[in-house]
Amino acid sequence: MVAHLLRLKLTLLRNSLRRSPWQLLGLIIGGLYAVGIAGFLAVALLLLRTADLELAQTVVVMGGSAAVLGWGIVPVIASSADLTLDPARFTTAAVPMPQLLTGLALGGLIGIPGIATTLVALATVGTWSRGVAATAAALAGAVLSVLTCIVLSKVVTTATAGLASSRRFKDVSALAFMIPLMLMGPIVAFVAQGAAGSAGFLTDLSRAVAWTPAGAAWSLGGDAAAGRSAEVLLKLLIAVATLAGLAWCWKVLLKRALVTPPYTAGGRKRAGRLGLFGVLPATPTGAITARALTYWIRDPRYSGSLVVIPLLPVLLFFQASQTGEYGILAITGPLAAFLLAWSISADVSYDNTAFALHLSSGVRGVHDRLGRALACLVFALPIVLVFSIGPYFFTGDWEWLPSTVGLSLGILFTGLGLASVVSARYTVAVPLPGDSPFKKPPGNVAQTMAVQFGGMGVLLLLVLPEAALVIAQAVTGSMVPGWINLGAGPLLGLVLFGLGVRLGGKWLDARGPELLAQLAVNR
Amino acid sequence: MTEPQPGPGSSSGPEQHPVPALAIRGLAKRFGGKIAVDGISLDVPAGSFYGIVGPNGAGKTTTLSMATGLLRPDFGTAFVHGVDVWSRPLEAKKLMGILTDGVRLFDRLTGEQLVTYAGLLRGMDKDVVSARVAELLAALDLSADAGTLVVDYSAGMTKKIALASALIHAPRLLVLDEPFESVDPVSAANIRDILVRYVGSGGTVIVSSHVMDLVQRMCDHVAVVAAGKLLAAGTVEEVRAGASLEDRFVQMVGGRSRTEGLEWLRTF
Repeated sequence: MVAHLLRLKLTLLRNSLRRSPWQLLGLIIGGLYAVGIAGFLAVALLLLRTADLELAQTVVVMGGSAAVLGWGIVPVIASSADLTLDPARFTTAAVPMPQLLTGLALGGLIGIPGIATTLVALATVGTWSRGVAATAAALAGAVLSVLTCIVLSKVVTTATAGLASSRRFKDVSALAFMIPLMLMGPIVAFVAQGAAGSAGFLTDLSRAVAWTPAGAAWSLGGDAAAGRSAEVLLKLLIAVATLAGLAWCWKVLLKRALVTPPYTAGGRKRAGRLGLFGVLPATPTGAITARALTYWIRDPRYSGSLVVIPLLPVLLFFQASQTGEYGILAITGPLAAFLLAWSISADVSYDNTAFALHLSSGVRGVHDRLGRALACLVFALPIVLVFSIGPYFFTGDWEWLPSTVGLSLGILFTGLGLASVVSARYTVAVPLPGDSPFKKPPGNVAQTMAVQFGGMGVLLLLVLPEAALVIAQAVTGSMVPGWINLGAGPLLGLVLFGLGVRLGGKWLDARGPELLAQLAVNR
Repeated sequence: MTEPQPGPGSSSGPEQHPVPALAIRGLAKRFGGKIAVDGISLDVPAGSFYGIVGPNGAGKTTTLSMATGLLRPDFGTAFVHGVDVWSRPLEAKKLMGILTDGVRLFDRLTGEQLVTYAGLLRGMDKDVVSARVAELLAALDLSADAGTLVVDYSAGMTKKIALASALIHAPRLLVLDEPFESVDPVSAANIRDILVRYVGSGGTVIVSSHVMDLVQRMCDHVAVVAAGKLLAAGTVEEVRAGASLEDRFVQMVGGRSRTEGLEWLRTF
């Protein structure tokens, strides 16, 4: 039965790749990336074999505990637990519980994260191959750790399954986790500073962590190598008890989940609130703008990017305060312009097959393009202006203001025009409607990257005139190129915006059915 | 514009309805190595209630997608009231209301917003849209949930709101792919009434379904499609030829497995 479940998982994986060669390529790229990281970590761990015992122990225990925490947290954040072997689907098959648990746990190992974790865990055996006892202890620790990771993630996903199936929770959690993720860099830098400040801080921390369920299994090899056999036994006990406890929790939760399917309650609301549809002009373009704006607010895949934007100056300010170079703040405006404009380059991909409504209504391509671009412009324009002008209150070098505003507006308009063309022709892999913004559908990564990087390259070429004027001001020191930029940026941008909307509209008119067919593949 | 020649499935005299509501001409589509639709030609007379039946995977949805301009055919084309769908798509789509099976909706809009959106996309006047939206929601028993996001709707409610979106611009031809799937019996009866009245006032309805009983009771014409080919077409009376539509259908399509075997099923 366990073998059956594993075979099922492999078959599901293989079949998902058959849908398009891009999916295969995506898996290969993802796999290579993971192999790269895992390989790097494995080599580092093998090199630690000759390192100081305390140092090696600290690295293994801290890294290992982080991995355990990661397996526990990531499924909640991403609401992207691998549901190919969703236990709910086995409800009617009457699989005996022990076999189901074993099969699902081992099935969790199949997949990029599982394989990578296993690989790195086994490399710790290499770190501790300093004697028979240490090697054996490290091997036991590695096996226990990997199983703990898998079972922990299963416990977490099963426990939050009911919660996670509520749409509101999914929407809010995805947004809430976006913020710490964005601020990861500064936070890590802060912690690193603290660690560097007090030597031995990490060593002490790792000693404490080694007694916790997260670190016990990882510390077995190091303690054995140091000859602390009593500690090895105690920690082995902790590690086994942890795994057994988690497995028991999982079993109980799963038993309950199998007989109580997730239930979502929603209130009924009556008519009368048309929202933006009542405000904007009642034309196809106006309606599309209203729809797109509604999505910017209501759909976490869109509003996620809106949450990121205010953090942009925070990140740059942090960067500037580290180096003392506050001049870097001047790029806030152009950077925000680029991010906002480019955010609609996958607009049709975000629609998914809902785009069929535009196609069957006979919406003209130009109206479709213009409506979406205007929706983005409505909030992007004020944001970009504020971000372009704001930094100068800090830096005070106002002579750069005209050029920056010109460049920012140029990027914004040009980017919107280009994005209108790109999203009319190419689909990219994006999270499906209703999925978490962190969840990328497997595969199609290659085409997505080709489209995204190709598009950005073209955008760079298109804003060369504005960039050249900025350079001219830097070289000559005269304000004339800056003032020219203030006029030329928006003017050139608006021309390209118009051309982009036209061309995108023409392509959409000509290739609407093909675009819908492409979207249906990613369904 | 070339006047479409009557196809093999045409049954009503050309002197009655010179231009069929929908004329499908040699539509064919291949997906990879699989031929989904293998040259289907069909005339749907104006003012008819036309059922398209076929087993799962027969090519019903593919044919209707190609006939309504959503999927580009490899061969052939379709005419809506004489307008070529593939050379004058915008004009043809004005005449059609389409309910597509298996596509998403803009489900982060409320039901009311979605139907309004569908109307405004057609370039309709705001006041007309808001009056019609209210009436449609009431007729489909969705008024109480008009302000709920479509993503929180049940399957049947989603089907009904999609139907409302297809009706909003009062099209001359309605193409409904599986309109009654997961719709409760009361709503289904309401929808049937709406469609019958619509046909009575001169509109044309095409429904695809694999519920034979429903088609036999509701439709006046029927076409049987299997394995991408048209097996029969005409009035329901002609096609069923005295037998029940279901029996005729099973007879034409074949694939009924022998009743021997499965002996063990009776041994418990």
